[in-house]
Amino acid sequence: MNFMSAVSVALLALRVNLLRSVLAMLGIIIGVSAVIAMVSVTEGAKRAMEERIASFGANLLVIRPGSSAFGGRRSGAGTATFLTDADVEAIRNEIPGIVAVAGEMSGSQPLVVAGENWTTNVQGVHADYFEARDWFVESGRAFTPAEVRSGARVIMIGRTVATELFGAADPLGQTVRVGTVQMEVIGIMAPKGQSSWGTDQDDTVFAPITTTRSRLLGYQLGVRDPVFTIYAEVAPGTNISHAVADLEELLRIRRNIQPGAEDDFSVNNLAEFIRARNETETQLGVLLAAAAVISLLVGGIGIMNIMLVSVTERTREIGLRLAVGARRADVRNQFLIESVVLCVTGGIAGMAIGVAGAYGIGNLGGFPVSIHPAIAGIAIGAAVFVGLFFGFYPAHRASRLDPIEALRFE
Amino acid sequence: MAPPLIECRDLTRVYRMGGGEVRALDGVSLSIEEGEYVAIMGASGSGKSTFMNLLGALDRPTSGSLRVAGAATESMGPDQLAAFRNRTIGFVFQQFNLLARTSAEDNAALPLLYSGLPSAERKKRARARLTQVGLGDRMDHHPSQLSGGQQQRVAIARALVNDPRILLADEPTGALDSQTTVEVLGIFDRLNAEGITVILVTHEQDVADHARRQIVFRDGRVLEDRR
Repeated sequence: MNFMSAVSVALLALRVNLLRSVLAMLGIIIGVSAVIAMVSVTEGAKRAMEERIASFGANLLVIRPGSSAFGGRRSGAGTATFLTDADVEAIRNEIPGIVAVAGEMSGSQPLVVAGENWTTNVQGVHADYFEARDWFVESGRAFTPAEVRSGARVIMIGRTVATELFGAADPLGQTVRVGTVQMEVIGIMAPKGQSSWGTDQDDTVFAPITTTRSRLLGYQLGVRDPVFTIYAEVAPGTNISHAVADLEELLRIRRNIQPGAEDDFSVNNLAEFIRARNETETQLGVLLAAAAVISLLVGGIGIMNIMLVSVTERTREIGLRLAVGARRADVRNQFLIESVVLCVTGGIAGMAIGVAGAYGIGNLGGFPVSIHPAIAGIAIGAAVFVGLFFGFYPAHRASRLDPIEALRFE
Repeated sequence: MAPPLIECRDLTRVYRMGGGEVRALDGVSLSIEEGEYVAIMGASGSGKSTFMNLLGALDRPTSGSLRVAGAATESMGPDQLAAFRNRTIGFVFQQFNLLARTSAEDNAALPLLYSGLPSAERKKRARARLTQVGLGDRMDHHPSQLSGGQQQRVAIARALVNDPRILLADEPTGALDSQTTVEVLGIFDRLNAEGITVILVTHEQDVADHARRQIVFRDGRVLEDRR
């Protein structure tokens, strides 16, 4: 018996008992659709998260001095843990693959214009900072490297500060007293929204780091040109772990750390955060796979049950087929094909329901949904496997029937 | 002279059931020539059905030898037996054994499904056989839309579709009324006249009278063999 006629015989047999066939498929349908819906929704959430991280800058390395209370650091007299402008320049010149690097130091300062005041965090930064953070002015201009070198009295303000101090008026060109210094507003930053830890990133002011150091944050930090934090952006496609290793080596030498001693600084990067998140996702994936396996197992048992019933019911038919010349393999294949057709039909229906369900959940909850094309192949493949695996025993049983007994079966 | 179409010597079939042995067939020796019209008779348990199953290669003897159309079925494997049944034997059963919700044409074509013929050829042959048994206008009917006599004629068309040398009919009129019995037996008479060897099992004398030879079984042995 050739394959196509076997499939048409199988389809006929399934149509004859349509309701029962649908009920038998139900386990597969529910299993496949649930798994597809879950996978699509989690995949969508993952994509959205990745986009948010990319907007912050996955290639950004953040370097901070180590906490002086830890690490067994040998702090000789007069040496501070602060990073400096010299470190910034060294990184810029010696680490391959660095696109932008900038130091930052900040502190809270009162801002005053005629009739309004507002206290906010003033960040003194190098000109490269905006490139590294991928954050640019919306109107006006950013300060230049020359202005940073000369300690110009210019600021760029965040959207929140602009609103608080100027309302609807145009802040550009206005003078604001920052702490005790009169400074000119030369730019307004593009809105950035909330940070991932919930603070308003637009409630800030940027000034050249030199100006901040000399006029605003008059600390005696015991080190020349200190910075609190260095931001370094790695060129896309650069191996981040290599860049991190190079950076660490450079800073160990510059900070005179003995071999074997611990670093007194830290290099953090969002890639690590992404890796941690990926681990969570792997665990979620394992859970989803377990749910898929269990639902297919339950579905498969349903298929096996219905196939056993079908074999018993059609004993006379099997006897007849054997009597008119069907080989045992023909009978076995017929029931195997029926079982596979049953499962694949269920798989396709489940896939359709799952995709619809995923979009439904996405619309209802406002989640993004991402449907991977490979999922169709996986669903069908799993259905074929379940059909063959759970259909084998009933089919084998059918093929072992004695034609005489089978023909006499009432 | 050609060897007989069916020849058996000392044919014995023993069933083991519940610890005991039942000798369903006990040393039967006979031969049937090509073109014969034979009725096999006997009470239930006489061994006539066992004999039929052996002739039809549905079962294998415990001992003794059996040659059907030159083939020694006792030495064949299951797949060879299936092919043998497919090509050499046409079965007609008391309960018709048609597939429900399947057209007369597809029912008649069933054996061809296992002989590897293309679909168009299967259709053609099934239609020819249905026309031969007088159902040319009922090709697309399902068994539930056909009378008992018509159903049995579909079954005969199915038995004939592979041009078998032997037509084996097990109580073919057992489920039919007297009118349709006459019709169906008429078909057997005609097929035999066309040269097919017809062997029918029956316990009704007037059915057996259609045959030219009557073999009566009792207790697994041939009681009587009259022509």
